[in-house]
Amino acid sequence: MTHLRSSLFLGFAFGIVALHLAVVGLLPMLNQRWIIIGTLSLGHGTLLAIGLGAGAFAARYQVRRLSTVLHAAIAGAIAALPLAALATVMLHVNLRWMFIALSPDLLHMLTFGLAAPIGLGLLMFAGGALGVAGCLLSWAPARLRHALIWGCTAFVIAGVFQELIQIMMQANDWTATIQDVLYTWEGLTPQGAAILFLCGVLAGGGSGLLRTRTAARGNGSPQAVRRRRSTNMAIVLAVLIVFPLVAGSYIGQVMMLVGLYILMGMGLNLEVGLAGLLDLGFVAFFAVGAYTTAILTADSAHALASYTVLPSLTIWEAMPISVLMAVVVGVAFGMPVLGVRGDYLAVATMGLGEIVRVLVASDFAAPLLGGAQGILQIPRPAIGGLVLNDPVALFYVTLAAAMVAAWFAWRLENSRLGRAWMALRDDEDVAQALGINLVKAKLLAYGLGAAFAGLAGSIFATMLGAIYPSSFQLLISINVLALIIVGGMGSLPGVVVGAAVLIGLPELLREFGEYRYLFYGAALVIMMRIRPEGLWPSPTRRRELHADDALPETDGESIAMAAD
Amino acid sequence: MNFVDIALWAMRFTVLAVVLGGTIGTLIRSRYGITEWLDFLVFGVTLGSIYAQVALGYTMVYGVLRLINFAHGDIMMTGAFAGYFVATATDHSGLLASDPFLAIGLTLLVSVAVSTTIAVLTERLAYRPFRHVRGLAPLICAIGVSFFLEQTFRGMFGSSIKAYPDLHWTPADFVIGGYPIPKIDVLVVACAIISMAVLYAIVHHTRMGTAMRAVAEDTDTAALMGIDVNRVVVFTFALGGAMAGIAGVFYAFVFKQVYFYMGFTPGIKAFGAAVLGGIGNVPGAMIGGFFLGIVESVGPALFFDGIGITAPYQLRDVIAFTLLIMVLIFRPHGLLGERLAKQRA
Repeated sequence: MTHLRSSLFLGFAFGIVALHLAVVGLLPMLNQRWIIIGTLSLGHGTLLAIGLGAGAFAARYQVRRLSTVLHAAIAGAIAALPLAALATVMLHVNLRWMFIALSPDLLHMLTFGLAAPIGLGLLMFAGGALGVAGCLLSWAPARLRHALIWGCTAFVIAGVFQELIQIMMQANDWTATIQDVLYTWEGLTPQGAAILFLCGVLAGGGSGLLRTRTAARGNGSPQAVRRRRSTNMAIVLAVLIVFPLVAGSYIGQVMMLVGLYILMGMGLNLEVGLAGLLDLGFVAFFAVGAYTTAILTADSAHALASYTVLPSLTIWEAMPISVLMAVVVGVAFGMPVLGVRGDYLAVATMGLGEIVRVLVASDFAAPLLGGAQGILQIPRPAIGGLVLNDPVALFYVTLAAAMVAAWFAWRLENSRLGRAWMALRDDEDVAQALGINLVKAKLLAYGLGAAFAGLAGSIFATMLGAIYPSSFQLLISINVLALIIVGGMGSLPGVVVGAAVLIGLPELLREFGEYRYLFYGAALVIMMRIRPEGLWPSPTRRRELHADDALPETDGESIAMAAD
Repeated sequence: MNFVDIALWAMRFTVLAVVLGGTIGTLIRSRYGITEWLDFLVFGVTLGSIYAQVALGYTMVYGVLRLINFAHGDIMMTGAFAGYFVATATDHSGLLASDPFLAIGLTLLVSVAVSTTIAVLTERLAYRPFRHVRGLAPLICAIGVSFFLEQTFRGMFGSSIKAYPDLHWTPADFVIGGYPIPKIDVLVVACAIISMAVLYAIVHHTRMGTAMRAVAEDTDTAALMGIDVNRVVVFTFALGGAMAGIAGVFYAFVFKQVYFYMGFTPGIKAFGAAVLGGIGNVPGAMIGGFFLGIVESVGPALFFDGIGITAPYQLRDVIAFTLLIMVLIFRPHGLLGERLAKQRA
């Protein structure tokens, strides 16, 4: 009986998720994006995933019997129930004045364009069928399941990112012919989807074979590991350098934004991940870097050059000064809050950040900082006579800065200071008792973290050419914090992964831009629940957070023998 | 006397200089008359009553769970939104004009129902799994919930600013001693005092309230004494959510605007008020709320204008945040609180 109840509950939970997506307006928007044109939209894909998920979860801890299949079917059908109820209500009552997302498109999608009872019945039946499919899928042998997942992932990604892939493919002649086979207008053709599915399955099988082969060979000596890691990094670097040239300037712009966030992420990683100082006022350092660069280099009335004897500087000269100013402000922020801990530190730094934001936008500071109009006419960097005007060139600047910063961050992490920070994070009082100078360590954390942000701010200022106070909201601090959390606190590769997922993906899926914070919010909670160490954690972190899982079995015998 | 102490003394000195210098400067200039100061004061008390109600939610949840519920300001927003639909409905049907108290009562009822439900749901889904996790996880989840609520409401109801109906009371002011006091402000303050009195009665004179205070003092011992901690936590969130819902409706009536992001800044300020009064301390939150409201309302005119800052109202938030930071640095246990705060770390 309890199995049935849990299936009902699971189905209902999935159904509420689907209902939420519909009411919030995501489902109709997802419906606009085609994967396979005319047949399968991203909205349909989401509903399919929900149905399959309901069935798979319902069958997860149950024995392989017919009754379990029935439970999964019920779970799937129940998952469809809230949507069916919504559609029924929408047919009779117009709720659009209140819930703006309940459009006729949504109704059309939910009823498959058929008349009400048939369409809704079909919806529930589809839910049930998907539940059964999910249940069977979860019972399938792992090899088959992985193959199917690889295949589906391949063609879904090709379909969702079709715009970018099509742009890339149009460049070359023979890729253009492939493109004609795979794509049409805004989505995949059915045969294109089939081809990509097969490719995905093969790739999945191939990678599985590769993994078993390398596992059989063994991991190798430390020198081999280091060599492998260096070659991996070299490959990644080569890809990063070549990719924007191939993929076009839009991708270059996205990658530059990701690069900036990686810079900031590395800075906040020092403060939060290593030293455990939760700093939500991080955007203030970013703002200091940007504004310093602006008032030193801009060609406007707000630049220092126009009302003092100081000359107007180039970007390259202004960058170190911006970083220095950011460090000064970082230390200034850190000094008052040295004694504050935990959540209170988060709120205190948030308050400091907000004060900076309000000051920067106010009329009071307008003579110096430009007020609400911001500072315009910031020049682009120039090497020799060549002005770096296009996004790809600026991306290379960002990449260079990020690599320098990454090197610094890596060396800091493995230095005495880095270990002092980690001691500070684990327990301040013990760290102090062991002789670590808390004041120095904390101030260095704030200062160095701010330095990274200042550098990012400087590049941001020159990238945009103008800065406005509205770009320096608390939201940026929380963005950076979120990407560290999702990527893995205290780990440098984690910062890169986090930035790619949380910044890069929403930029690529531009029309869902309004919903990115919804995803952030859900992702934060879900990540904390299922994978608190992040997507690419540092090994120590993973050990710490899963310490209880790895406890060795003790049996009476070994203890008895030890006692002898 | 190392440089950190110097920095802290410099901070104290700067704030004191701004406060004293500004006050003296304003009084010398005497740009504002008695009517204006009274306006500021009345508005400050009104705003303060709203902050006090939101602060109560923060302080109760912190007392019981040691968690800063970042999403509490957004729960206030949910209440305000729910109330918006009822209020406009009563306005269209004429109920607001004919029987305003009934209309406002209905608005409050629906708003409280919605905000309480959402508060309890967030506790169940997002906070309970992390009840025994130390470290950053609960805080991160709170931030996540805050985003989630804001964006859900934006998706459901749109990102445009919605206006609460005007109450059309003519005359709009009570005239006391020759000075006008807006009727809506009197209503808000009166209702706030009533609701806070009810809350105080619940916390100090009912069994559940005693259970709440027991759990706040020592959760494990309370559990050993037979108190169902889960139920107490749910009750706390429900109470806090209800207060936030009422505060949301009144905030919307006073400021006449409802939009999905409205809960965030008042939420942070109310948290400052809760810390000012002493986190975990119910009368402290009330005092802190009123104090913050008055300081925020009177402050720009009193302090900033006196030292010659142009457009002082833009820097209104600076006062609230500075107060918050000063409290967190120099007196984390607040005015009335015991030293809970240092224990927490």
